[in-house]
Amino acid sequence: MVASVTSLGRSGLYDWMVQRVSAVILAAYVLFLLGYFVATPDLTYADWSGLFANTCMKIFTIMALVSLSTHAWVGMWTISTDYLKNGVVRFLFQGFCGGVMFVYFVWGVQILWGL
Amino acid sequence: MLVSIYRYNPETDQTPYMQDVQVDIPDGKDLMVLDVLGLMKEQDTSLAYRRSCREGVCGSDGLNMNGKNGLACITPLSAVVKNNKLVLRPLPGLPVIRDLVVDMSMFYKQYEKIKPFLINDKPAPAIERLQTPEDREKLDGLYECILCACCSTACPSFWWNPDKFVGPSGLLQAYRFLADSRDTATDQRLADLDDPFSVFRCRGIMNCVSVCPKGLNPTRAIGHIRNMLLQRAT
Repeated sequence: MVASVTSLGRSGLYDWMVQRVSAVILAAYVLFLLGYFVATPDLTYADWSGLFANTCMKIFTIMALVSLSTHAWVGMWTISTDYLKNGVVRFLFQGFCGGVMFVYFVWGVQILWGL
Repeated sequence: MLVSIYRYNPETDQTPYMQDVQVDIPDGKDLMVLDVLGLMKEQDTSLAYRRSCREGVCGSDGLNMNGKNGLACITPLSAVVKNNKLVLRPLPGLPVIRDLVVDMSMFYKQYEKIKPFLINDKPAPAIERLQTPEDREKLDGLYECILCACCSTACPSFWWNPDKFVGPSGLLQAYRFLADSRDTATDQRLADLDDPFSVFRCRGIMNCVSVCPKGLNPTRAIGHIRNMLLQRAT
C-alpha cells in the first residue's frame, strides 16, 4: 500500500471511479450543448438566458463544473506525480492547479447565476 | 551485419557509449540474438550480459533489441534486424551495472510486495490442497511468467514510479494469487493494492502485452484486479 495524502480520495479505485463518472457527465453536457446549438441556429440572448434560468439546467451545469474540477484535479495530480520528482515543486504545482480549479469553479457558478 | 551495442564499464568509462561492431553471420542461418552476442564475446571478452538456459525459460537475457524488449535467446535475427543493423541496449528504466547487465532490485522489490506465495489460514490437509480442474484453469496465462522484466521495463508508468507502481509483471503475479482457489488472503491482497499507485498507475497502453516473450497478457490481469477491487468496494 503506497500512502498518498494529496490524491483526491486517497484510494486509487475512488480516483479511478471519479475520473470515469466525471468524464461521462462532461461528455453528456458537451453533447447536450452541441445539440442545443444545432437545434437553435438563430440563438438570441433571451433563448440563452431562458435555457440557464431552468433549474434542471442549473443543476446540470453545476454537475458539469464539479466534474470538470475533479476530473482536472485527478488528471493534473497524476501528471505531477509522474513527472515532478522534486517534492516542493510538485506540491507547489498541485497547489497552483487546485487554486486555479477552485477559482474556475466559483467563477463558473457566478456566471451561471448572472445569466 | 552491423551491431551497435551499449557499453558501460563503471570502472573504466565515465559515461556509457554505443559501440559499432561488424559481426560475420554464417550464410543461410537465422541466428538468435543471443548467438550473435556469443560471437561478439569471442571477439571481445570484456562484453557483459546475462544468459543461462538459452531457450526462453530462465528469463535471464531480457534485452532491448532494435527498440523492443525481448529475450535474446528466442528472438531470431530475421524478427528484429532492419537494414542489416541491430541495436542492442539493456532493458530501459533500470540502473545499468555493466554493459547489458541491469540492476533488477527494484523489479524484485515490487514482486516481493505482492506476496508471491499461497496464503491459507485453514489447517493444512493430510496430503495436499486440492483444486478442481476449472479452478486450476483460471491460473493459465498467469503462472507462466518467468520474471524476465521485459514487460515492466517497457512500461512508462514503471519508468516514472518504479518504487510505487507494482508494474505489469508484479500485477500479473498478484492476480495469479488472487485467482487461486487455495488462497484465503484475497481481501488483504486487494486492500494492499487499493492505493493510487500500485495498480491504478496502469494507463492500459499495453506495451507489456506487445513485448511479453511468453505471450502473456498483464493488461487483462490488471483489468481483473480492478474489477475485483470494484466489486469489493461497491
